[in-house]
Amino acid sequence: MTQAPALEVRNLTTTFAGGRLTAVNDVSFTVLPGEVLGLVGESGSGKSVTLRSIMRLLPASGAVSGHVRWQGRDILTMSDADLRGVRGGQISMIFQEPMTALNPVLPVFTQIEENLKAHTDLDRAARAARARDLMDLVGIPDAARRLKEYPHQFSGGMRQRVMIAIALAGNPTLLLADEPTTALDVTIQDQILKLILDLRDELSMSVVLVTHDLGVVAATCDRIAVMYAGRIVETGTVRDVFAQPAHAYTRGLLGSVPHAGTERSMLLSIEGTPPPLDRIPAGCAFNPRCDFATGPCRARVPVLEDLAPGRSVACFNRTAVTAAGSPV
Amino acid sequence: MTGEVLITAENVGKRFPLRQGVLHRLSGQPAPAVHALNGVSLEIRRGETLGIVGESGCGKSTLARCLVRLHDCDAGRIVFEGQDIALLQGKVRRAFNRRVQMIFQDPYSSLNPRMKVRGILGEALGVHKMRPAAGIPGRIEELLALVRLNPDAADRYPHEFSGGQRQRIGIARALAVEPEVLVADELVSALDVSVQAQVVNLLLDLQERLHLTVVFVAHDLRLVRHISHRVAVMYLGKVVEIGPTEALFSAPRHPYTRALLDAAPELDPARRSRKVAARGELPSPINLPQGCLFHTRCPHAFDRCRTERPELSPRGTGHLAACHLADFGKPETRT
Repeated sequence: MTQAPALEVRNLTTTFAGGRLTAVNDVSFTVLPGEVLGLVGESGSGKSVTLRSIMRLLPASGAVSGHVRWQGRDILTMSDADLRGVRGGQISMIFQEPMTALNPVLPVFTQIEENLKAHTDLDRAARAARARDLMDLVGIPDAARRLKEYPHQFSGGMRQRVMIAIALAGNPTLLLADEPTTALDVTIQDQILKLILDLRDELSMSVVLVTHDLGVVAATCDRIAVMYAGRIVETGTVRDVFAQPAHAYTRGLLGSVPHAGTERSMLLSIEGTPPPLDRIPAGCAFNPRCDFATGPCRARVPVLEDLAPGRSVACFNRTAVTAAGSPV
Repeated sequence: MTGEVLITAENVGKRFPLRQGVLHRLSGQPAPAVHALNGVSLEIRRGETLGIVGESGCGKSTLARCLVRLHDCDAGRIVFEGQDIALLQGKVRRAFNRRVQMIFQDPYSSLNPRMKVRGILGEALGVHKMRPAAGIPGRIEELLALVRLNPDAADRYPHEFSGGQRQRIGIARALAVEPEVLVADELVSALDVSVQAQVVNLLLDLQERLHLTVVFVAHDLRLVRHISHRVAVMYLGKVVEIGPTEALFSAPRHPYTRALLDAAPELDPARRSRKVAARGELPSPINLPQGCLFHTRCPHAFDRCRTERPELSPRGTGHLAACHLADFGKPETRT
C-alpha cells in the first residue's frame, strides 16, 4: 500500500457514563483516497458511535480518546473553530433517518444554503445556482420548485437525496454515511447506493459506509471492517473477506444471510444475542456465541493481527475458522 | 408441494377513507381514500409457505390482516375451506380465529408489557378453551420448549427479553391455540441478522413438525426466497406476479419483479452492477395511475399499458404474471 491514507483512525476509544460503558474499544483503521470502506456490525457493535466519534458528534456524556488524523491534523484535539471548518466541509455526514436529520420548519433551500454559507465564499446568487446544481447532481427533478419545499413534502428516498445534497455542498473529500439506506425500500436503496458510487467517481471522495447489511457491502464497498462489541474483529478487501472469512463472527454473519441455492435449509445461525455494553464477556467478546471457542478465548482479548497487507483478524482460532471455509 | 387449496382471495379490495374537508365535500368530487388493495387474487395451499413480497405501501400487511379478518375487505372475498370468512359468525368465527393465527411485526409492541409470559400464553389457551385449567401450566412449559425458551421464561415480563426472544414468545402465543395457518407479517425484519437466522430456522423446523401452512409477508427478497415454496409479488395493492419460488426468481416474468430482484444487493462481491434497477418512486396510493399500476416506472411501457390494466395470466406451471408483454422474461427470449 503506497498511497497515503485520507483518514487514519488510531486507537479510537469512546466511553459513556464516566467510563463505565465502552462503546468503541481501541479501533484503528485507514481510508484511502477514493475508497469505499464498509463498517459492518449488528446493533450495539459501536459502528455508528465510531462514525460520530470521528466527527466529535457525541453527547456530553461521551469521552473519546485516540487519534483521528485528517490532512496532517488530529480532529480530536483540533480547536472548535478548526473543527467547524472540517465538519460539513471537507468531511460531511449523512444520517440514517432523513426525516429527523432535516429541519422540518425550514425549506430545503435554506438548509442547503446554510452549508454553502459556512463553507464557500459564494454570493447569494451563486449560492442559489449552486443549490440547483446540487439538486440536479443528486437526481431531484424540478430543482427550482422543490428547493422551496419543506422536508415533509419529500418522500423518504428524496429526503435522503436532500441529505446528500447538503452533505456535498461543502465539496467534501470524505463522506461518512451512517446506514444511509436502512429506512428505504430496496429499489430506492439501489438508487441511493449507485448515486453515492457515481458521486465518489465524479468528485473522487472517500466514503465510510456504516451498514448492517452484508448485501450492501458486497454491492458497494472496496474494503470491509467487521465490528463486534466495540472492536474491529476483521478487515480486508470485500472480495477476500467474503471468500475466506477468518473470524468466526464474520463467518456466522455471512452464513446468517440466506443465499440462492440453499432454499428451505437451516441457516448457519449464531446462537445468542450481541452482548449489551455493560455485560461484555471477558476474553474475546464473541466467545460465548462462538463454535470455535477454546481456553484462550475466555481468558484473553485477541488483538488484530495482520494476515497479509491490508488484511487482519482478531481471533485465536483463525486457522480453524479459515479451514471451515466461507458459507457463501 | 401441491396440497389442496385452503384459503382463496378473490379480487380482494380494501380502501381506507381519508378525512375530507368541507370544501372538498361540497365540490362533489369522490371521497379521497388510500387504495391499499386493488383486486388481489391468490390461493394458499395446505402445508405450503407462500411468501408475499413488495415494497412499503404495496399492501402486503393489509392483505395479511384481511386474511385473518383483522380488516374486513371492501370488495371481493376471502374463502376459507369453501366459506366466505366475512360471513362467519359466533362459534364458527371463533374457530376460524383459532385455526388462522397471525404473528405481528413488532416484537416490542405486540406483547402486553404488563403481563407475564405465563399470562400471555395462558390467555390464548383460556379464551379458546384449549386445555382444562389444570393442564395449562404444563402446556405453557411445552410451548416454551417448542420455541426453545427456558421454562423460567414463563414468570418474566416481555421487557426482560431481547427482540429475538420476544418474537419467539409471539410465535408461542400463536401456536398455543394449535392453528393450521400462520400469517407472519415481517416476522424478523426488526431483528439483527444473526438473530434473524435463528428465528427463520425455528419457523422452518416448526412448520415441518406441526404441518403448518405459512403465509410469510416480508420485504426481504433473500429471506422470502429462502423459506417460501411459492412467492407472490405485490405492487400498489395488486399481485403482479405469483409462481413457484425457483421459477419466479430465476426467470421473473414481470418487469417489476425483475427490477426488485436487480435492486436487491447480491452477496457475491464479484456480481455487482452499476446500473440502477428501477427509476422513480412508488406513485401515491390515493391517486392510482391509469392502466397498469407500474407503467410510470416501467422501462418497457407502451401505449396499451397506460390505458388498460393487465390481469394475471398464465406463464407456465402455476406461474402467473399481470403484464401485457406476455413474452417478457421468457427464458429463451431473455436478454
